[in-house]
Amino acid sequence: MAVPLRVIGTLAWRNLWRNHRRTLIMLLAIAIGVWAMIFMSALMRGMTDEMIDNGLHNLPGEVQIHALRYRADPSVVNSMALPSGALAKALQQAPVQAWSARVRVPAVIASERDSRGVTLLGVDPATEALLGAWPEEIVQGRFLQDEHDRGLVIGMKLAQKLQTGLGKRVVLMSQDPGNDVADWGMRVVGIYRARLESTEEQFVYAGRSLVQQKLGIGAQVSEIAVTARDYRGVPLWYPQLASAAGETLEVMPWTELDSFLATYLSVQDGFSLIFMVVVFLVLSFGLVNTLAMAVFERVREIGLMQALGMPPTMIIGQLLLESLYLLLLGLALGNLLALLSIKPLESGIDISSVAQGMEMMGMGSILYPVLSVQDMLMSTAVVIVLGLLASLLPAWRAARLDPVRALNTI
Amino acid sequence: MSAISCRRLCKTFRQGEEVIIGLDQVDLDVEEGSFVCLSGPSGSGKTTLLNAMGGLDTPDEGEITVGQYRVDQLSKSELADMRLHSIGFVFQAYNLIPVLSARENVEFVMQVQGVPAAERGVRVREVLAEVGLQGLEGRLPGEMSGGQQQRVAVARAIANQPALVLADEPTANLDTRSAAQLMDLFVSLNRDLGITFVIATHDTRVMNYARRLIRMRDGKIVSDERQQPQAMAQ
Repeated sequence: MAVPLRVIGTLAWRNLWRNHRRTLIMLLAIAIGVWAMIFMSALMRGMTDEMIDNGLHNLPGEVQIHALRYRADPSVVNSMALPSGALAKALQQAPVQAWSARVRVPAVIASERDSRGVTLLGVDPATEALLGAWPEEIVQGRFLQDEHDRGLVIGMKLAQKLQTGLGKRVVLMSQDPGNDVADWGMRVVGIYRARLESTEEQFVYAGRSLVQQKLGIGAQVSEIAVTARDYRGVPLWYPQLASAAGETLEVMPWTELDSFLATYLSVQDGFSLIFMVVVFLVLSFGLVNTLAMAVFERVREIGLMQALGMPPTMIIGQLLLESLYLLLLGLALGNLLALLSIKPLESGIDISSVAQGMEMMGMGSILYPVLSVQDMLMSTAVVIVLGLLASLLPAWRAARLDPVRALNTI
Repeated sequence: MSAISCRRLCKTFRQGEEVIIGLDQVDLDVEEGSFVCLSGPSGSGKTTLLNAMGGLDTPDEGEITVGQYRVDQLSKSELADMRLHSIGFVFQAYNLIPVLSARENVEFVMQVQGVPAAERGVRVREVLAEVGLQGLEGRLPGEMSGGQQQRVAVARAIANQPALVLADEPTANLDTRSAAQLMDLFVSLNRDLGITFVIATHDTRVMNYARRLIRMRDGKIVSDERQQPQAMAQ
């Protein structure tokens, strides 16, 4: 097989350069197509990454662990102990990068002017920082200093609604394990700003120990948020965590905790693939035309090779190899162009002129393109598979030429 | 023993509404090691018969046997295999692969056959020497004269040591001197290697070389004569 491959390889390579201009034009078209695929994918991946990072920031973490009934009834009744044994060990192992145990309960916050339903988060600032779940910007005052901090941090929007402010006292009410209302007063020590106003209005932060004490739940927590800083890789590692957690706890990936984000991710991935296929389908017309012209110009030669006993499979192989050479050269050039154009943009593209609209989608005003090996491999696969499929027709037709007629072609 | 045996071969072609007879009940036996010329005017059926012998074209009716192959019963891929291993072709218009050098053109058939490189190298040197093309191995077809190109085509035809060489108007594009050299080469290959030659031609100078001259007209064999070959006047 090696010898025929060598002969068809030589023929394919030399035939490719018989018409330099046509080959170079097609090569350029493929390279630009490949560049467009990768460049667009890098922009879309940058957008997707930022949206999902923002989403996971609010969730937070890529995986959360709860008591079995917590998601149906997120009250302190369905809390759990801090991780120990196999679970604690699993949380210390790679790829887990950080985790944080939190109390998360529905509560009512009341100022002297108004009251609102909120989600009270009892957190340990040290582990929250590692998790990356801090409020994005403290605009007034400070964030919590430790889990025993007696202050309260609320969002700017909530402060406006409650007509309260830094240093003011508010009252928090929530349900304790005995189904009685626990209420206590706290002073606002910090006001934060989030990307979404709904976040500012929804979440209030207090020290974990203090919340546990006020609710009378001892050292119990509501959730453990875990991150490996790779939202796409979660399916690979969260089953081990689920196994370590045992049957009394529920371990859920972000794709199940926030199905909107998960759907968005799969839609974006689907769009990327569709975009690549559409770009290459357009290119494939050029490719088919190039190969059809090459066959048309070489009918006599193909007839000769048939007459000399070259099997049809080798004729198809030679033309497909010719196409493959063209595709590989185009891919190499396209990937190089993509690398050269995306790398300088990785520090961010200012899209502030449309930032307001983008913020609604959970994005900031700077877009960071992400050059991904996966996208490069995907575009390579699309180009090679579709390119060879498109080349099959002219190659097959060449192999079916009648040698006598082909030899008599002028 | 017959190298080629044809029985009641018929072939027609359609040209618009008109039906053209290519072969009409042709019966023919060609012995191994013979040197045969098929002659006749254009449209007499000589090229059609040659193509049928080489498995390039299939007859509408009749039987044709080449060596151990029943050519009329073979599939396309079996015909390709037969041409690859058993038959050498020389065409009127040289028909070399333009992107391959003389050496590579000669090597081509052996490469397709899967002959090892070392064996190919020896054989290519031998046949190029046999056809008098030493020193021109690296030249592309476009860098050689018509005579030289036809010699490369002959070298390619005999490189895989076929039992049969089919040549269709091999001298049509050659000057007298080159044509004579080519025919001398055919004669020596026939004599020294025992290769059977069947040559379709309407060149009387070529016919003089044949030991058997078959004349065709309207798809039929009209005469089949044994003769004393003569050299071409240069």
